[in-house]
Amino acid sequence: MIETLQFEFMQHALIAALLTSLICGIMGSLAVVNRIVFLSGGIAHAAYGGIGLSIFMGWPFLLGTIGFSTASAILMATITLNNKERSDAIIGVIWSFGMACGIILVDLTPGYQVDLMSYLFGSILTVPPIDIIIMGVLAAIIIFFVSFFYADLLAISYDEEFARVRGVFVKTIYFSMIILLAISIVLMIQVVGLILIIALLTIPAYIMEKYASSLIQMMIGAIILGSLFSICGLMLSYQFNISAGASIIFVACLFFMISTIYNLLLNRN
Amino acid sequence: MEKNLPVIQLNDVSFSYQHRRVLDHLNLRVYQNDYLAIIGPNGGGKTTLLKLILGLLKPENGTILVLGQRPQKASHHIGYVPQDHHENYHFPISVMDIVLMGCLSPKKRFYYSKKKHYNAKAMKILNQLDMADYASQKIAALSGGQRQRVFIARALMTDPQILILDEPTTGIDSKGQTDFYNLLRVLNKELTILMVSHDMNVVSSHVKSIACVNKHLYYHDQSEISENMIHRMYPNVMSEECPFEFLGHGIPHRVLQLHHNIGKNND
Repeated sequence: MIETLQFEFMQHALIAALLTSLICGIMGSLAVVNRIVFLSGGIAHAAYGGIGLSIFMGWPFLLGTIGFSTASAILMATITLNNKERSDAIIGVIWSFGMACGIILVDLTPGYQVDLMSYLFGSILTVPPIDIIIMGVLAAIIIFFVSFFYADLLAISYDEEFARVRGVFVKTIYFSMIILLAISIVLMIQVVGLILIIALLTIPAYIMEKYASSLIQMMIGAIILGSLFSICGLMLSYQFNISAGASIIFVACLFFMISTIYNLLLNRN
Repeated sequence: MEKNLPVIQLNDVSFSYQHRRVLDHLNLRVYQNDYLAIIGPNGGGKTTLLKLILGLLKPENGTILVLGQRPQKASHHIGYVPQDHHENYHFPISVMDIVLMGCLSPKKRFYYSKKKHYNAKAMKILNQLDMADYASQKIAALSGGQRQRVFIARALMTDPQILILDEPTTGIDSKGQTDFYNLLRVLNKELTILMVSHDMNVVSSHVKSIACVNKHLYYHDQSEISENMIHRMYPNVMSEECPFEFLGHGIPHRVLQLHHNIGKNND
């Protein structure tokens, strides 16, 4: 299996997968404990609007998409903060609105035929080196942010009201987290696709939540699990000549099911 | 009895959600080492009153002073024990980490450099509350009463002058409640305590004064619940409607017994 690594595209795919696991392990843990997984899904799908907008206006892809996604993420987060009970329905609306905008804008772009579906699973085997560098920079920013504000993030995630009484700048940190989440999602949509991001964001973190006894343990565990899924998925994909993104998700979901069944049996006894 | 300046002072405070007036022209003074229970029906504004004192909400009009300062400035002198919501039940966090949350302060960044000091302090407080053995346990492994002690330990980490508790005994069995109120009585020797409670029985036998909040605030200096007061706060209890809400939380024969006591005292 090691010999596959002599191919440059395989090396890139592996690095991209590991960086994705790193980013998803940290941001995914935050998303799970803050119960904003649905909001993350909303950001990812609404990003289609940004993709469409970039194509229609002829803007650089990253600029348009990050702008659009960050704006929709801030909108969703504001609504979630002020209206907790009905936030899911409103996120659903923004979610669909973003996607519809994307498709309409691409339709309206003269002479341009892009398959938005290609953003669903991405193409991890053809990741350009520049994307790997950008992901590396983002990973570094996220690690810095989380280690600097770890205590505050923990307090906000666990008990937002108590954090506010302690004088933590809850809104600033919460929105910084949401913006980082939006940027992470956008960057990785073009690398690994929408579905893989949601899978890698939620599955490792959710599995780890049961076993970890602290947020940092959950993050590290989720990074390790994510890396494991990615490497297994890539190997499967190479061995059986099947698509890489789907293989990674398949492995992750399989592991998730095994873990769930194991927990069920454990609780029975 | 000589009393200094009030630690909490509300002057003519009103608050509305959208256009619904929840608190109407409230006045309240709480003095040092007081033990005040805030009672009243659901939706009567009890939690809103706490949030105003904590500075989480701003009053529509009137002024609030906590230790002579604006609530937002004074909130780090308040130990806050919020309602146990259970929604974070599976959160991966240890007892120690929750208690350490109490020394969080945005002005003291890099608090990790003092981690040893804080750890020792947290252990000392947990020890006081008989929770030291659980320090490294996950919060999900604890019972309701133990969780509540952890939240008190977190509140005490701040070296508070005031302890504010929001329905602290919800979901705790009666033995646990007795222990819990005994603990509060000990803490009250050093701290001013404000507590929202539904439990009329415990309220009447433990606290020093009572504020009944139902849009308006009625202050009672003794921890006795007069028949008159119950009528005002729970108008349906003794009249036409079935007193489910009241019966669910209070203990009716205790109320009757109190009624008897009041008569005796007046003789």
